[in-house]
Amino acid sequence: MNTVLPLIVLFPLVGFLINFLLAGKLSRKLVGIIGSGTVLISFLLSIKAFLDLTALPADARIISDTLYNWMAVEGFSVDVSFLLDPLSAIMILVVTGVGFLIHVYSIGYMAHDEGVGRFFAYLNLFMFSMLTLVLASNFLLMFVGWEGVGLCSYLLIGFWFERDSATEAGKKAFVVNRIGDFGFLLGMFIIFWNVGSLDFQTVTALAPSAFAIGGTVITAATLLLFLGATGKSAQIPLYVWLPDAMEGPTPVSALIHAATMVTAGVYMLARSSALFVMAPTTMMVVAVIGAATALFAATIALFQNDIKRVLAYSTVSQLGYMFMACGVAAFGAGVFHLMTHAFFKALLFLGAGSVIHGMSDEQDMRKMGGLKKYMPVTFITMLIATLAISGLPGISGFFSKDEILWQAFSSDLGHPALWFIGMITALLTTFYMFRLIFMTFFGKERMDEKTKSHLHESPKVMTIPLIVLAILSIAGGWIGIPKLFFGATNFFEHWLEPVFAPAQRILHSSEAHHAASTEWGLMAITVTLSLGAFALALRFYLKKPETVTRLRESFPGVHRLLYGKYFIDEIYDRLIIRPLHFFSIFLWKIVDVLLIDGLINGGAFLVGGVSRVMRYAQSGRLTSYVTVFTVGVALITGVMLLLGYSIGN
Amino acid sequence: MIGAEHFLIVSAILFAVGVTGALISRNLIMIFMAVEIMLNAANLAFIAFARIHGDMSGHVIVFLTLTVAAAEAAVGLGLIMTLYRRRGSVDASKFNIMKW
Amino acid sequence: MFESQILTWLTFFPLVGAFALLLINKENVQAIKLVAIATAGVELLLSLALYGSFQVGVTRMQFEVNIPWVSQFGINYHLGIDGLSLLLIVMTTILTFLAILSSWHSITKSVRGYYFSMLFLLSGMIGVFVALDLFVFYVFWEVMLVPMYFLIGIWGGPKRIYASIKFVLFTMFGSLLMLVALLYLYFAYQSQTGVATFDLIALYSVNLPFGAQSWVFLAFALAFAIKVPIWPLHTWLPDAHVQAPTAGSVILAGVLLKMGTYGFLRICLPMFPEATIHYAPLMVTLAIIGIIYGALVAMVQKDIKSLVAFSSVSHLGFVMLGMFALNTQGLEGAVLQMINHGISTGALFLIVGMIYERRHTRMIADFGGLAKVMPVFATFFLIATLSSIGLPLTNGFVGEFMILLGAFKANWIYGTLAATGVILAAIYMLWMFQRVVWGKVTHKENENLTDLTTLEKAVLIPLVVLIFWIGLAPNAMFKRMEPAVANILHIVRQADNAPEFFRAQDEKVFPTLAGNVSKQENIAVTVGGTAVTQGTDNHSPK
Repeated sequence: MNTVLPLIVLFPLVGFLINFLLAGKLSRKLVGIIGSGTVLISFLLSIKAFLDLTALPADARIISDTLYNWMAVEGFSVDVSFLLDPLSAIMILVVTGVGFLIHVYSIGYMAHDEGVGRFFAYLNLFMFSMLTLVLASNFLLMFVGWEGVGLCSYLLIGFWFERDSATEAGKKAFVVNRIGDFGFLLGMFIIFWNVGSLDFQTVTALAPSAFAIGGTVITAATLLLFLGATGKSAQIPLYVWLPDAMEGPTPVSALIHAATMVTAGVYMLARSSALFVMAPTTMMVVAVIGAATALFAATIALFQNDIKRVLAYSTVSQLGYMFMACGVAAFGAGVFHLMTHAFFKALLFLGAGSVIHGMSDEQDMRKMGGLKKYMPVTFITMLIATLAISGLPGISGFFSKDEILWQAFSSDLGHPALWFIGMITALLTTFYMFRLIFMTFFGKERMDEKTKSHLHESPKVMTIPLIVLAILSIAGGWIGIPKLFFGATNFFEHWLEPVFAPAQRILHSSEAHHAASTEWGLMAITVTLSLGAFALALRFYLKKPETVTRLRESFPGVHRLLYGKYFIDEIYDRLIIRPLHFFSIFLWKIVDVLLIDGLINGGAFLVGGVSRVMRYAQSGRLTSYVTVFTVGVALITGVMLLLGYSIGN
Repeated sequence: MIGAEHFLIVSAILFAVGVTGALISRNLIMIFMAVEIMLNAANLAFIAFARIHGDMSGHVIVFLTLTVAAAEAAVGLGLIMTLYRRRGSVDASKFNIMKW
Repeated sequence: MFESQILTWLTFFPLVGAFALLLINKENVQAIKLVAIATAGVELLLSLALYGSFQVGVTRMQFEVNIPWVSQFGINYHLGIDGLSLLLIVMTTILTFLAILSSWHSITKSVRGYYFSMLFLLSGMIGVFVALDLFVFYVFWEVMLVPMYFLIGIWGGPKRIYASIKFVLFTMFGSLLMLVALLYLYFAYQSQTGVATFDLIALYSVNLPFGAQSWVFLAFALAFAIKVPIWPLHTWLPDAHVQAPTAGSVILAGVLLKMGTYGFLRICLPMFPEATIHYAPLMVTLAIIGIIYGALVAMVQKDIKSLVAFSSVSHLGFVMLGMFALNTQGLEGAVLQMINHGISTGALFLIVGMIYERRHTRMIADFGGLAKVMPVFATFFLIATLSSIGLPLTNGFVGEFMILLGAFKANWIYGTLAATGVILAAIYMLWMFQRVVWGKVTHKENENLTDLTTLEKAVLIPLVVLIFWIGLAPNAMFKRMEPAVANILHIVRQADNAPEFFRAQDEKVFPTLAGNVSKQENIAVTVGGTAVTQGTDNHSPK
């Protein structure tokens, strides 16, 4: 332990232990200070680590630190060991930075909740797990963080445990994630038994010699890892838990279900990029699933009325974008979008939280409206985030989204169809986001009088994080401005280059040879159409709300399908959950109780039955026993004599 | 001349008497006596055989049996006494609580 | 002095305590409890001393005692331990100590008999783990049965008679076959070498033809399988668990089930390597059925205790799977999982017992919302649940991971099927946890429950410490069991049919999938293969 890396991970753990063990004994203020303070320390240490890393030459930017050997059995050995490279450096900055802001925000948001100690304890435990996940130097330690964040997600979704819907959602999240973890585990097994190590650097180095490009083994391994990613990052078919996860307190949604944990899948793909690029089939699956999820979730988001659910489906959709980027081997673009998305989506959630806070816990947008004069800071910051996610040129989301769309179009693994789906998704995103803004902040004030009288802007401790995130949402993208604009290399991609170099070597890909005019053209199409989507949202939800009703009435089927989220939950319930339940009951009642135990008890009854008949021989009369005995002895002796047994020698 | 066979015949008769007594008698004391007769019939046979084979082991066994019989008599009579005190009878046919 | 006497002390000290109890007036409950707990405490310290002076990395048996007992029949008082027995002994003494502590207030009926049975049982259990003579092993094996029978039959629940008889009959049925097999072995060895002995280590070298070997293997396997229990011989377990008093369940699940798996490791594998290899696919299949079946049936249970009981069937399926994967990872994982199961299931039973004492019901439907009224209880319950699910950094994860890793090496289909158990475990445990602990308080009776007392916390804290200690630093366990496991594997690998059996494992990790790939793939597989076979020279691949 000679670097700060272990400390970055350990400080939140210390915070967790203090808040958890002393729950109820500390004042609310102290709880918040400990909770946020430990994360702040981690953030400062992360900056230090980042600076240490930049001081190294570009191709040697790796800092690793081994604490101890965790488990060693014969050839299998895994260390508790941390690895800082350009990729994890970005991740820890995002995680601790955004995490710290959300911790501060939570002080205000949870001010009146009695479980505040528990809340901060769980949040800190989450930070610990998440940092373990991103700093781990091997798959197994990453898995520790991976399941750890899942546990925290479970605990935080079900934080208000007296609400059945909350605990149900927590359990669902955990179980669905476990299905993904099942894939992750098996993927690890394949990797270990073929490479002989789970260490990222070793695996990356040995992968080209251990696997055949496009071979069944590597395809199976990467597909299984991707299954893990779909669980954690809420992709088809395992996305179902994320919308339900909105049952948790809003800062949780912002931190875990928007900015950090759900991006773990993208991080994992980026981390094992050298493996994924060896399996073109997997890459195609990743890209297609990513694109499909992006579009699918965006369509659901169109007509949701719960402000957090809109954002949840939006998150699923944006994660789809990131996977699409990874699927076309544009890992840098994926991670870039991960970062910008962390800023603006966290901001959107925190803004939504601020709105919910001001609206006395109302989440239904149909009961809001005209809030911009009551909550100016929230309004402005959320508007900025909306512009960012919609891709207004010059703001962070524009650069990252454009980069993904361009790569989807131009990369060797890309396809114009992927670009097209991405583009459509971008339009839908603009539409539903402005729908959200219009329904919430503009138009008629639809809330009841009581709520209205309580309406207020949130306290400073909540608005300052909003403002900081808004600044990041604007400027965060400037570190990744494509070469196209100023001719300078994309700083962000350049920074990540050493991480993805092994993958690039396997791909042998050169710079895409597309004319700059194509890129400009595609960009123009997206921006123009997005403007159209904005106009449409403006017309539907601000100028002429009656058109919506009319449209809804002319296409009732489509609306029902979208509003009902394609009834995927119901389908899963009928197809998987209930049959499994019935099968289990069958196993218990029929196989176990009736068959196996029946056989055993049957044997016992058989013996019992025979005995019940036999016992009548026991008359209890001494004389009859003696008679039977004597006659028996006489008979046996007689028979023996008759058969010629001699007595004596 | 009385040979060893005669002892054996007497022993067989004694044994048959014992068996009959044990079978037909209802009185526990009588049954007990019958059992004693059988034991002694066996003793007699042992001694007769010892004589025939010129082997002293038979005598040893007889002493063993006598001792055991004495012990048995003590316990057995004790049990019968107790039974009589408790149930007021020594009629074997009245005791069938051990039936199914 | 210490070397040669510690095992004898360890085995018989609880008996001394048990008979000391008989000298106390049975009305003097306080003194009885004190003597019982003191005995268990001294026993625990003795076992810790044993742990401390155990030499790591030594293959031979340690602390051996070998005194002729009935020399005409070759019966020796032969005791000794290796890493396997060491870990199990320490687990046994810890669990028994905690179980006795947990009965402090809950047992009021014939207190003296109860603690007498507990201490007597402890003696029997230790005896099984230290015995190196089959006759001694058998004696202790049978001795255990008696106190357990009384524990279930006297201090158990309403259906205790049925449960205790079922338990005894099942076990006896197996033991009788074992006795026959044991005698067969004895005579076979005598006719081969002219030496009459029940010595376990000597009998390892018995050389039976395959036919005889497989019958003897099956006889032993049946006895052990009932104890484990392996599907479909498990039906005594839910009954016994549900009816037994809390401490009885803890010992039953924590230690007695391990007798079965320990028997496999100590007798079946090294003594009948050919049969082991021959029947490995069968055992693995049953193990996997057990994993999935146990989990599914656990899911729909209405009684918390029987849920935990069925989860044991699933967990022990993991142990059997790892064992019959017949590679180091699988075996070491299996041994660790034996310990883990004792700790986490022991904790779960203790927790259920605590809530039972308050409410006198174990039905899931009678609870709900306990997190509100009993937050400390809920926390401990959560930790035990997570350990049972196998969350990383708890003990359960390390064991399950190693088992699955080993099973995956043996055959990727085994690993894949068994890994579904990981998902199912989350479902049944969390669903139960949700219904018991989360939600609103729906029953009036639950509104005024008191949270855990200091005594109850004291019972649970050591287990929680163990859960995290093993989860964070499992190497302490691995390095103690390693020589023993290596020895067993070494013997198994000497079997006639071993080369053929292990070829797939050693050369091709992924036989079915690797079959249809390019040439480069095959090179790749050998690279993997070297990593795999490094076991013999034992260096890490890094």
